[in-house]
Amino acid sequence: MSTTKNNLLTPDKALKKRYRAEKRFQRMGIFAIFISLCFIVFLFTTIITDGYTAFTQTYIELDVHFDKKYFMEENLANANFPSLVKHSLYAMFPQVKSRRDKKMLKKLISPAAAYTLQQMVKDDPKIIGSSKKIWVLADDDVDMMIKGKINRNLNNQNRRIKDLQLAWIDTLIKEGKLEKRFNTQFFTSGDSREPELAGILGALAGSFFTLLITLSLSFPIGVATAVYLEEFAPANKWTDLIEVNINNLAAVPSIIFGLLGLAIFINFWGIPRSTPLIGGIVLALMTLPTIIIAGRASLKSIPPSIREAALGVGASKMQTVFHHVLPLAMPGMLTGTIIGMAQALGETAPLLMIGMVAFIADVPASLTDPAAVLPVQIYLWADSPERAFTEKTSAAIMILLAFLISMNSLSVYLRKKFEIKW
Amino acid sequence: MKIKAICAAGALALIMSSPAMAARHYISIVGSSTVYPFATVVAEQFGKTSGFKTPKIESTGSGGGFKLFCGGVGVKFPDISNASRAIKASEMKKCAANGVKEIVEVKIGYDGIVLANAKSGAPLKLSRRDIFLALAKQVPNPAKPGELIDNPYKTWKEVNPSLPNTPIEVLGPPPTSGTRDAFVELAMEKGAKTFDFIKAMKKKDKKTYKKICHTVREDGAYIEAGENDNLIVQKLQANPKSIGIFGFSYLEQNSDVIQGSLIEGKAPTFEAIASGDYPVSRPLFFYVKKAHVDVIPGMKEYLDEFTSEKAWGNDGYLADKGMIPMPNAERSQYKADVKALKTMEMK
Repeated sequence: MSTTKNNLLTPDKALKKRYRAEKRFQRMGIFAIFISLCFIVFLFTTIITDGYTAFTQTYIELDVHFDKKYFMEENLANANFPSLVKHSLYAMFPQVKSRRDKKMLKKLISPAAAYTLQQMVKDDPKIIGSSKKIWVLADDDVDMMIKGKINRNLNNQNRRIKDLQLAWIDTLIKEGKLEKRFNTQFFTSGDSREPELAGILGALAGSFFTLLITLSLSFPIGVATAVYLEEFAPANKWTDLIEVNINNLAAVPSIIFGLLGLAIFINFWGIPRSTPLIGGIVLALMTLPTIIIAGRASLKSIPPSIREAALGVGASKMQTVFHHVLPLAMPGMLTGTIIGMAQALGETAPLLMIGMVAFIADVPASLTDPAAVLPVQIYLWADSPERAFTEKTSAAIMILLAFLISMNSLSVYLRKKFEIKW
Repeated sequence: MKIKAICAAGALALIMSSPAMAARHYISIVGSSTVYPFATVVAEQFGKTSGFKTPKIESTGSGGGFKLFCGGVGVKFPDISNASRAIKASEMKKCAANGVKEIVEVKIGYDGIVLANAKSGAPLKLSRRDIFLALAKQVPNPAKPGELIDNPYKTWKEVNPSLPNTPIEVLGPPPTSGTRDAFVELAMEKGAKTFDFIKAMKKKDKKTYKKICHTVREDGAYIEAGENDNLIVQKLQANPKSIGIFGFSYLEQNSDVIQGSLIEGKAPTFEAIASGDYPVSRPLFFYVKKAHVDVIPGMKEYLDEFTSEKAWGNDGYLADKGMIPMPNAERSQYKADVKALKTMEMK
C-alpha cells in the first residue's frame, strides 16, 4: 500500500488555506452587518432620545377672571387677550411688583395662551364675567427647563430661565399648577414659530395631498407604459431607445425634476407655486421610472405558458393581458408603486425649486392651498434658532420614519401574500 | 376599468383645481433667511388674530427673493420680498423692466453679526483688522510693506500677539448668504481699510480693492458651514477652538453654550447693537409691491401688524426673537411712509 500525499480525509495545507479564506470572508460579512446595525441603532437611539420628549408639553394652570372690562368692544375677537393672561398671572404672584420682574413673569406663559382664551370666549361668550381655572401652554423655555434640557446649575447670567423665574416655577410645581401633559397640539395644528404651538398636521396633510396627486398620475401612466412596452410594443430601435431613457431617468438626481417643474409647470403652465398640485406633479415625474421598471419586471416574471394558454382558448391579445397577465403581475406592480411612493414621501430637493420649502401655518384643505410636506417640515425646524425645535425635529423624523416603515412593510406583506411561485 | 376610473379621477382633480389659479387669497412672501424668523412670527400673529389667511413665507435668500419678486406683477409673483441688505440698482432695473415700477421700501430693524465660540473656551477680543488678516485670501506682506501675499497665518497668535495660540478655524455662511455679504463688507472691508495702501487703492482701482477686501481664504481655515446656523452652534460646542459667524438671534437663543467675541472692545449685546456701538451690524428690510396692495386681501393689515409697536417696538415680540429695533424717530418715519405707501425712486 502506498501512502498518497493527497488524501481526501486528511486535509492538506492548500485545503486548510481554502477553509481559512472562507471563514475569513464570512467573518468580514458578519462584521459588515454588525457595523451597519450599529449605525442604525445609533441613528434610532439619538432620534428617539432627542425626540420622545416632544410628545409631552408643559402646561400651567391659570385662574382667569373673564372681567367684563376686557370685553367692552363690540367685536369679541378684538379684546385684549394677552393683557387678560398677563393680569391673571400677576394676580397669582401678588408679591411681584417691579416692571422688570413682571416682564420676566409674563415670559413663563406662552403667547399661545391668549389664543386659547380667545377660542374659549368665541365658543361660549357666556363665560364673560365668570372665573375659571384654565390650563394654558407654558413658554418653550419653561418647557425645556422642565424636561431637563436647560441646566439649572449654570450661573444665572448664562441661563435663559433666570433665578427668579426658577423660583416661580418651583412654586407652581409645589402647588400642582404646572404639569406635563400629552402633546395633542403636536398632532392637531400646523407649523408655528412658537415651538410649543408647532404641530405636524399641516405637513401631514400636505404630504397626503401631494402623494394623492403623485399616485393618481404616476400609477396609471406607469402601469400603462409598462404593459405597452412589455406586451404590445414591437422590438425595434425606438423601443430600445425608450427603454434606455427610462432606465436613465431612474438615476437622474431628483433636483433636476424640480428645475423642470419650475420651468414648465410653473413658468409656462402657470400652476401656483408651493401647492400640493405642483409638488405632486413633479414627484410623479420622479417616481414614474421606478414604477415602470418594477411593472415591467413583474410582467416579465409571468411565465409565457399563461399567455399561450389564454391565446390558445381563443382570447384576444388584449383579453390575455387584461384578464390573465395583468392581475397576476399586479402584486409586483403595487410593490414597485409603494416603494416609489415612499421615495416621494421622503423627497425635499425637487420641492425646494417649486417653493414648497416655506413657512405655512394654516393646515392645507385642498390641492391648491399652499402646503409643506413632512421632510420639508423637518428641514425647516432643524433650521430654527429656538432650542425647543430640536425635539420637534426629532419627533417629526420619528413620524416620517413610521410612515416609511409601514409603507415598506405593506409592500413586503403584499409581495409575500400574493407572490406565486411558478 | 379600474385604471380608467383612476385616470378620470386624476384628470378631474386637475380640472377642478384650475379656477383656483385665477386668484390668490393669501400673501406670498419670499426672501432672506435672516429676515425669515422675524417675518414668520409677524405672519403667524397676523394669521391668528386678523381672520385673514396666514401669509406663505419662502426662505430663498435675499438675491433669490428679488429675482422672484422682480418677475412681474400678478398673482403668480410674490407680493413682498424680505432682504438682509438694500435692493441693488441692478435689481431695481430688472424690476422696472418687468413692470414692477412701484416698490415700497420698509426698514424693519437691525441684526448684529457675531463671531462666537463655545463657552468652554476663553472669549476672544478681536479687531476688524485681526478679522481681515485671519480670513482674507490675500493679506499685506509683513516683511515688505505695500505688497500682497497669500494668507500665511495659521494661528490667531500669528495675526495678533495678544490673541491665543490656537489655529484659525472659522465656520461661516456660504457666498449665497446675505450674512456673508454683510460680514465681508462690515468686518473684512473695514479691517482692510486700516492698511493705508489698500485704502488708497479704493480710488485708483476699485475692482482690485473689492477683490482684496471681499475674498475669503480658501485653504481650509474658513469652512463654509451652510445656511443652517444651528449646525454651526453644535459644531462650536464640539470644538471649543473654532469660531462661528452667524446672526445675533442664534447667539441670544444659545447664550448658555456659546459666547460672542468682543469686536473693537464691544461685546455683541442687544444694547450695543441697538445704539450702533457694536461695529458689525446691518439693517434688515422688506420690499412691498404697491400694485398688489389692493389686490391681495390682507396686505394693508399685514403691513400694519409689522409696523405696530407691539411687533417692532422696543418691547415688541420681534425684539424677543432677537431683532434689534430701530430708534423711535426712525420707526415712526418708516411707519408713516408705509401708511402712505411711499414708493422708492426708480433709478
